[in-house]
Amino acid sequence: MSSKEKSWREMPIAGVCTKSSIGFMTGDWKTYMPVRDLEKCTTCLTCVMMCPEGAIKWRPEMGKIEFDFSFCKGCGICANECPTKAITMKLPDEEE
Amino acid sequence: MTAQEWKFTAKDIASKPDLFLSGHRACAGCGPAAMLRMVMKATRGPTIVTQATGCMEIVGSIYPYTSWALPWLHTAFENAAANASGIDAAIKIMRKKGKIKDEHIDIIALAGDGGTYDIGLQALSGAVERGHDFLFILYDNEGYMNTGIQRSSSTPMGASTTTTPAGKVIPGKLEKKKPITEIMLAHDMEYVATATPYYWKDMLTKVRKGLEVEGPAFLHIFAPCPRGWRTEPGKTMEYSKLSVETCVFPIWEAVNGKRQLSTPSKLIALAPQKKKPVKDYLNGQGRFRHLFTPQNQHIIDEMQSLTDRNWQRLLQKCEPA
Amino acid sequence: MQKQQAEQETVPLNGDEAIALAAKQCDVDVVAAYPITPQTIIVEKFSEYVANGEVQTEFVCTESEHSAMTACIAAAATGARTFTASASAGLALMHEMLFVASGSRVPIVMAVANRALSSPLNIHGDQSDSMAERDSGWLQIYVENAQEAYDTIIQAFKIAEETEVSLPIIVGLDGFTISHTLENVNILKDNTVKKYVGERKLPTVVNQEGKTLPYKLDPENPMTMGPNVSPNFYFEFKRQQEEGMRVALKKIQEVNSEFAQLTGRSYGNGLIDSYQLDGAEIAIVVVGSTAGTLKVIVDQLRQEGIKAGILRLRTFRPFPVDALRAALKNIKTIAVMDKSMSFGGFGGPVFNEIRNALYDSKERPTIVNYIFGLGGRDSSPRDLRRIYEDLIRVNKTGRVESTVHYLGLRE
Repeated sequence: MSSKEKSWREMPIAGVCTKSSIGFMTGDWKTYMPVRDLEKCTTCLTCVMMCPEGAIKWRPEMGKIEFDFSFCKGCGICANECPTKAITMKLPDEEE
Repeated sequence: MTAQEWKFTAKDIASKPDLFLSGHRACAGCGPAAMLRMVMKATRGPTIVTQATGCMEIVGSIYPYTSWALPWLHTAFENAAANASGIDAAIKIMRKKGKIKDEHIDIIALAGDGGTYDIGLQALSGAVERGHDFLFILYDNEGYMNTGIQRSSSTPMGASTTTTPAGKVIPGKLEKKKPITEIMLAHDMEYVATATPYYWKDMLTKVRKGLEVEGPAFLHIFAPCPRGWRTEPGKTMEYSKLSVETCVFPIWEAVNGKRQLSTPSKLIALAPQKKKPVKDYLNGQGRFRHLFTPQNQHIIDEMQSLTDRNWQRLLQKCEPA
Repeated sequence: MQKQQAEQETVPLNGDEAIALAAKQCDVDVVAAYPITPQTIIVEKFSEYVANGEVQTEFVCTESEHSAMTACIAAAATGARTFTASASAGLALMHEMLFVASGSRVPIVMAVANRALSSPLNIHGDQSDSMAERDSGWLQIYVENAQEAYDTIIQAFKIAEETEVSLPIIVGLDGFTISHTLENVNILKDNTVKKYVGERKLPTVVNQEGKTLPYKLDPENPMTMGPNVSPNFYFEFKRQQEEGMRVALKKIQEVNSEFAQLTGRSYGNGLIDSYQLDGAEIAIVVVGSTAGTLKVIVDQLRQEGIKAGILRLRTFRPFPVDALRAALKNIKTIAVMDKSMSFGGFGGPVFNEIRNALYDSKERPTIVNYIFGLGGRDSSPRDLRRIYEDLIRVNKTGRVESTVHYLGLRE
């Protein structure tokens, strides 16, 4: 019980949640992480659609797909579903 | 139903900001989480979401964090539809009285199979009968997953759950899966449909169609749970696809009771040789592992004949392609 | 300066009808309810108002009381003024959601036509239904007659919607005795009530960006309501509710005074209503309509030179400890009447709370309990007078034969 937590007087009424969960990085959950072979990627955006975390983002202004590892839990759906097998799941030290 | 079909590309959807945000605490590879993130992309304007207690409700609302970038209410387990009723009534009257802006607000009620098939059925039936304007989305992972993978009436025959464990005497759940969409169709609803996240384009179109209905709409989305089904987290979408390819979970939509198969299931109806055996779907799922023994082979056979029977019945009820 | 009393008219109404009328005049936005005897007249009357366009309210005929309370909570969370009514098994069915309502800090007004709980099934009046919800975090005010029922519903919106209170409120009326008995009720004009109750004000929340927002579901200002919290936080939210109760203690008294100015009617100080307690040596503490009959008995006793009095406990939650202690200070022997039981407990709920409040007194009075009227069992004036006679005997002999009595039970 941290004494840095607020007193009941300062807490919002009825437990309304005021902090966005994008402040809670779930990226440290992962064991495996997705590694992309950019040459095989056709930007079909299947991985962007199917990521349960929204950790794979489509950047239309850059025409690029960006992986946000601070939220990636390493589930491997992206790798499993990529039609060109451009993504493989690797342990962090295997990455290179 | 608007005559105009909502046309979109992957890039259109991917460019929309998430309304179910990253940082939620669902398991890695969670089917419902992937589905929910996508479903929220199909919203079309001001939307209020109300949810029943369950996995998706818990993971997105752990105080003080919230994964919801729109107004969201949770009260209890069995009453997502009753929540929606109250919100609908309030908006209607406050608009009339000029207490809020006179613009339409979409209401989405979300519940798992627990909060729909079983404890939630009464509230759902009541809300639909009263004609409230809301879309009820059922995310079906075939068990009470949040409390530890106990059986629900949505759990299929043969599955091992923590309250129907595959034991020495009883080999898992003996009862069939409750046909929830048949129940909802019997309510004479304007729109009832099934979907699964692998076929996300189809799923998003159906969400939008459900929202467009002026009155209650029901969408049954089949979303695999790697933790409860004991499947590899990376294979969630694969099982979503297999469920359609084996006709375990056919996808279709019924507009004013007239049912039509959706393309992925239609392709199988037109080319029956493409229909995969149920065994392909059961394979790799820990909850069905005990069936792959000589003494339980008959259960797989029963599941196959049940799937076939249901598929044939569905084909008879559907409008010609 | 004494404000001019508002114009009123006298009409014959039973308790249920009076309540339906009051709710209508308060311009409720949403009513979600399920019928149950003896509350049915409330929902039926209100439905008539809606069907005739006399009120602008969404009336949701839910398929159960649990859904009724849920719909009220959700509607209130969306910013609407909500009203409902129930009794007995219906209230019991709402049990889970009563805690959710108070925890969600939504000011729902609910009339409870107090009725016995099953089993066996009994449709008549006793207070076991709402007494069983005394820990639910709802404000509870019990009325004596149809007039007070009418007045209290109007007051209830003002009390509950006070932003520092923001708690749901039960207005309890004895089933059949008040709900179905015709009385002359003085009613205010629609405009008077509407003006008095005003628009619902919402409490506020400060969001992540530091902006202050009204506490409601609003697509322009997204808010997440009804989260799950860890042991690290839950306690503090409960303490917040308790604070709402403490503010309510003052607000109820304020509203009682305001209302007295408006109508000429006041109910004690809003929390307790004393009758002939000055110089009393014996007194009965009672909740609800029985007070009316007791007043007649006390008048007789006083004529006979017996110094008897009554304390009608009007507000049960929040429990008015200070007011009670002050009112009962010099009274030697007190009987507390309970129209409900707590099986296996040492006396009924009201008895327990009164005794608890008076435990710290320098000179503790003798307090005994009379459980009565369960399942609508009538207590005649003769039975009630016997309580005072018992108290006189206790005073004389200095002995209590038994602390807990069952009035009118066939042993």
